[in-house]
Amino acid sequence: MFDLLTLQQYWWFLISLLGALFVFMTFVQGGQTLLYTLAKTEDERDVLVNSLGRKWELTFTMLVMFGGALFAAMPLFYAVSFGGAYYVWMGILFCFIIQAVAYEYRKKPDNFYGERFYETLLYINGSLGIFLIGVAVATLFTGGNFTVNEYNLSQWTMQSYGLEALLNPFNVAFGLMLVFLSRFQGALYFLNNVDVPSITARVKKVVVVNFAMFLILFLYVLASILFMDGLRYDADTFVVSVESMKFLHSFMDMPLLIALLLVGVLSLLYGVFIAVTKNAQKAIWFSGFGVILTVLVLFLILGLDYSAFYPSLADMQSSLTIQNSSGSQYTLEVMSIVSLLVPVVLLYIIFVWRSMDKSQITIDEVKSDPHHY
Amino acid sequence: MEHTDLLVDWSRAQFALTALYHWLFVPLTLGLTFIVAIMETIYVKTGDEKWKQTTKYWMGLLAINFAIGLATGIIMEFEFGTNWSNYSWIVGDIFGAPLAIEGLMAFFMESTFFAVMFFGWDKVSKKMHLVSTWLVAIGSNLSALWILVANGWMQHPVGMKFNPDTARNEMVNFWEVFFNPNAVSKFLHTISSGYVLASLFVIGISAWYLLKKRDTQFARRSIIVASSFGLITSLFLVTTGDESAHQVALNQPMKLAAMEGLYDGEKRAGIVAFGVLDTAKEIGDELDPFLFSFEIPGALSFLGYHDLNAFVPGIENLMQGSEKYGILSIPQKMEKGKIAVAALSAYKKLKEEGNLTEASKALKTFEKNQAYMGYGYLKKPEDAVPNVALSFYSFHTMVGLGTWFLVLFMVTLYYSMTNEMHNKKWLLYLAVATIPMGYVAQEAGWIVAEAGRQPWAIQDLLPVGMAASNIASTSVMITFWLFAVLFTALLIAEIKIMLKQIKIGPEGH
Ligand code: HDD
Ligand code: HEM
Ligand code: HEM
Repeated sequence: MFDLLTLQQYWWFLISLLGALFVFMTFVQGGQTLLYTLAKTEDERDVLVNSLGRKWELTFTMLVMFGGALFAAMPLFYAVSFGGAYYVWMGILFCFIIQAVAYEYRKKPDNFYGERFYETLLYINGSLGIFLIGVAVATLFTGGNFTVNEYNLSQWTMQSYGLEALLNPFNVAFGLMLVFLSRFQGALYFLNNVDVPSITARVKKVVVVNFAMFLILFLYVLASILFMDGLRYDADTFVVSVESMKFLHSFMDMPLLIALLLVGVLSLLYGVFIAVTKNAQKAIWFSGFGVILTVLVLFLILGLDYSAFYPSLADMQSSLTIQNSSGSQYTLEVMSIVSLLVPVVLLYIIFVWRSMDKSQITIDEVKSDPHHY
Repeated sequence: MEHTDLLVDWSRAQFALTALYHWLFVPLTLGLTFIVAIMETIYVKTGDEKWKQTTKYWMGLLAINFAIGLATGIIMEFEFGTNWSNYSWIVGDIFGAPLAIEGLMAFFMESTFFAVMFFGWDKVSKKMHLVSTWLVAIGSNLSALWILVANGWMQHPVGMKFNPDTARNEMVNFWEVFFNPNAVSKFLHTISSGYVLASLFVIGISAWYLLKKRDTQFARRSIIVASSFGLITSLFLVTTGDESAHQVALNQPMKLAAMEGLYDGEKRAGIVAFGVLDTAKEIGDELDPFLFSFEIPGALSFLGYHDLNAFVPGIENLMQGSEKYGILSIPQKMEKGKIAVAALSAYKKLKEEGNLTEASKALKTFEKNQAYMGYGYLKKPEDAVPNVALSFYSFHTMVGLGTWFLVLFMVTLYYSMTNEMHNKKWLLYLAVATIPMGYVAQEAGWIVAEAGRQPWAIQDLLPVGMAASNIASTSVMITFWLFAVLFTALLIAEIKIMLKQIKIGPEGH
């Protein structure tokens, strides 16, 4: 059908797209950290929780899907990173395990630990969970301490199994950047989804503060990426070597990505602008579209143009590239046919979202529904 | 890369713990989604508000179960990478595909329409709501399909070829993987076990209302739906269980022998309907494996091979081999396995050195012995035998309970039809007491399937000792305890909430 490299690039694109959609959907997590900032009464808080409660499973599933797609398309990455940066991934998983019960159990009578406990779980998921995901993604730029032997079996060289990533300022900044991003996105989502004037009135300040923090971190991260050393592999011999300003060169090689990045950033700025100036309900769509494009570009730049998308700090030649870590040609072909379902899934999600969100959520609506969260 | 036993044991313990926890919640979801879909269909057809209330009540319990099902599920997917990373590379090319398809086809369907099912009553049309409920049921059963295709492949690997250059198995035929007879029987048996459990759940809780003399109309109609559903599906469960045993006989004779505590094989082998194993029994000695047993003659030959006169090999026969029945002994298999492992390593080395003619010779040797490759990693022949007591008791518990459930459904259906159910106190108590038995049968089934498969992660190809991630065993020990504490804490909350909702009852809303 297609040659192997094309399939690998296609799958890297799909993984990037899933990553981008996931980051967009983390407005749920951001929203979870704002329960006590945006709401001052119990009724208000219930509205926020119920508003997020209709979306959280999508974000959760997106994360699961992201893992599944990596497993099927880039099994060596799945093996090396999950099995090596063990504590980071386990930390992330614990943060999501606790989220899954929190919505359903928070308000139920006899829930053993009390309402505040479950709200705390939501807070941990929204803050620590997103931060750790950011750190994990940042290591795709900064690398991990692994080696891969001639049977492609891997070994981590540090007994801290991933926790060492927390010592790298770039990784930390990346994690915090995602946290602030998800928080202002969460606020924009409430603007769109919730019809409670007292809450709407508080959104603006939250957006301004969190967006400002995000912007500073984003500029630092972007500048670091453009000027950092990267790894390039030779197209024929697959030998890996260091190249200074590798990602800047990749942008030069693929000007389309520069254009996408610019459109993304502008769209995001516009979304934030109309939210702050006009409390615009549709702000989330502009900023969301911007987030998706921007994250997509950052992932694409990692994997394409002969980059190593997961550098090894222990043994440079062990570094992972889309060519040395992917599934076989046959599997990628099968999975590419399966991927034709992606638009179908996206369409029914959009359809359901629209029919469920025809009108905004109000306090009365939540109170009158005995099944509410 | 051999691992320390300690690391492998903790990794197995953690997987077992998390999987057994996940499985506490999944079967109820598999069955209850269908039961509520049926109830809602009746509501839409009749327009009777009572049925709507009945549907909504069971949906409420479903949601409580579903949430913790998701919580315990997310770890399962990632654990293949975190704890079985060598495995993930060696078979990821085949194994990853069904997991990804599961996410795309099933999980999105479930999670999208779940929101409609719960919050959409007044937001979408009656029809669309009903469709959503059915889609949740179909989605959760599709997720079972794909995960069981993956699991079936571990029990009976097909549709792939070993690639010596990448040192992994690569998929060559997707349809063979999908229609793997082991996967098909596994899927059918497992989903029907979910339907049976959900039926027991509904009947048991309804019986409690009848005992308390409250919500009687609701309880009666629930019992009728659940008993009919349970009776049909448990017939199916027994049939597919028989087929599962047949598959085990064909591809995993050692597992079958362990399930039956069969040491010396025979023609017209019987099934031990009830037995107590002698713990002193060891392979190679002359002890009778049973202190006490009651046997149904010929039944094992029939169950396993669908032939009363078929020879069923016992553990001793598989260990020592038998020319008559064409069975290689375990030491012989280990010999061949060692040749395969050495030839692969020689091939790699020669190829590196550019000695292509010698390399292709080594490759030939490898291919000749490849089928036994996994045995090359075993340390001693006894390692090829799973835990007999665990397999035996689990299997017999499951089968015994399965028979009991079938009887229970017949009785409850009969008395609910004759409208006498509410005065049969003994039956009501039995129905309540059977709920936990349903869970026991479920967990026992998986212990048979998974512990009986030991030492193989992939049958005959990859022992668990090779499959684990190369990390310190203390790291796995730490996460094991974290999971144990967290899941138990969540389980306690789940049970308390569930009991409270049952006490509140359908009228409470
Ligand atoms: C309510 C639960 C339940 C009940 C009553 C039964 N089963 Fe079962 N059984 C399962 C629930 C289950 C399960 C949990 O779904 C398993 C675990 C793995 C699998 O494929 O299904 C299973 C596995 C399993 C296996 C192992 C398959 C393997 O190793 O791959 C066999 C041979 C049987 N069953 C056979 C039976 C028979 C002959 C039954 C007769 C009544 C029976 N089961 C009742
Ligand atoms: C949810 C139901 C399941 C339960 C309760 C379950 C139970 C278990 C248990 C008890 C073990 C430990 C066996 C031992 O070490 O003696 C185990 C191991 C394992 N199971 Fe399962 N299992 C389930 C489903 C699955 C599925 C669907 C898959 C694959 C798709 C799977 C893959 C594995 C793997 C990879 C291991 C570790 C390697 C091994 O010990 O063989 N399990 N499981
Ligand atoms: C017989 C084995 C299994 C079956 C039939 C099964 C089925 C299901 C079902 C029906 C759900 C929906 C939630 C619920 O439980 O209520 C679920 C959740 C989940 N399961 Fe399992 N499961 C099995 C074992 C596994 C294994 C071995 C994995 C690892 C790959 C896994 C991964 C997951 C994940 C990631 C979720 C959360 C899904 C979400 O985002 O919606 N499951 N599973």
